[in-house]
Amino acid sequence: MTPDLIAFIILALVAIVCAIGMLVSKNAVYSALFLILNFVTIALFYLFLGAPFLAMIQVTVYAGAIMVLFLFVIMLLGVQTLEEDATLKWQRPVAILLGAVLFLETAYIFFARSEQTSTAVTEFRALLATAGNPESAGLMLFNQYLLPFEVTSVLLLVAMIGAIVLTKKEEA
Amino acid sequence: MVPVSYYVALAAILFTMGAIGVLIRRNSIVIFMSIELMLNAANLAFVAFAQAYDAINGQIFVFFVITVAAAEVAVGLALIVAIFRTRQSINVDEINELRG
Repeated sequence: MTPDLIAFIILALVAIVCAIGMLVSKNAVYSALFLILNFVTIALFYLFLGAPFLAMIQVTVYAGAIMVLFLFVIMLLGVQTLEEDATLKWQRPVAILLGAVLFLETAYIFFARSEQTSTAVTEFRALLATAGNPESAGLMLFNQYLLPFEVTSVLLLVAMIGAIVLTKKEEA
Repeated sequence: MVPVSYYVALAAILFTMGAIGVLIRRNSIVIFMSIELMLNAANLAFVAFAQAYDAINGQIFVFFVITVAAAEVAVGLALIVAIFRTRQSINVDEINELRG
């Protein structure tokens, strides 16, 4: 057990418990807070994986902006608690069963191919030092991925206009 | 050094939980949060493989996924607010008609 592995296991447990807490919380505000904690643990995983730029984006954009928007809407609408008497009684067990099947499928696909991936992991360790820093990410973003980057800016503009139009009160 | 397989297993668990959340919850905001959880699980797998293969492209892709998620949340929450105004509910079982 290396220190890395111990830290990974602790953080993974936190992430999974937060996901379960998000699923079972009756109060939507608690769900949102659990999800924020989950996002922060994922940001820590990004730091482990040599991606500090993404870790900062994860905290500021996801845990900051997006979840604040969620909390704002939950409290604005006053829908913290919603009595969830399932209209279809059999839906919950079937959903959990299907979720288990989905997990087994992903696990099978992954572990059936794990030989190829595990050899590649060890070979590139030496080259990792510069891979995730903001400078190399920015160079990549503004050279190879310049067009997608610009398209993304148009997408954000469209989303902003769309949100304003959708929530605008109809005036006769 | 944690093997990439552990990260992918964690991403699979989180993705499955997001899928279960979409299926069992009736509150449309919580369903939306479950979708965000699935996006994050996919992002985690992207970054894990980007590190494993020493290709920064995976990280760039996560950057785009986060941007699209932000746009999607803005539009989605606007839709939820508009639906709540007309139907006074965000229970997905009660929202079963396109006309308000």
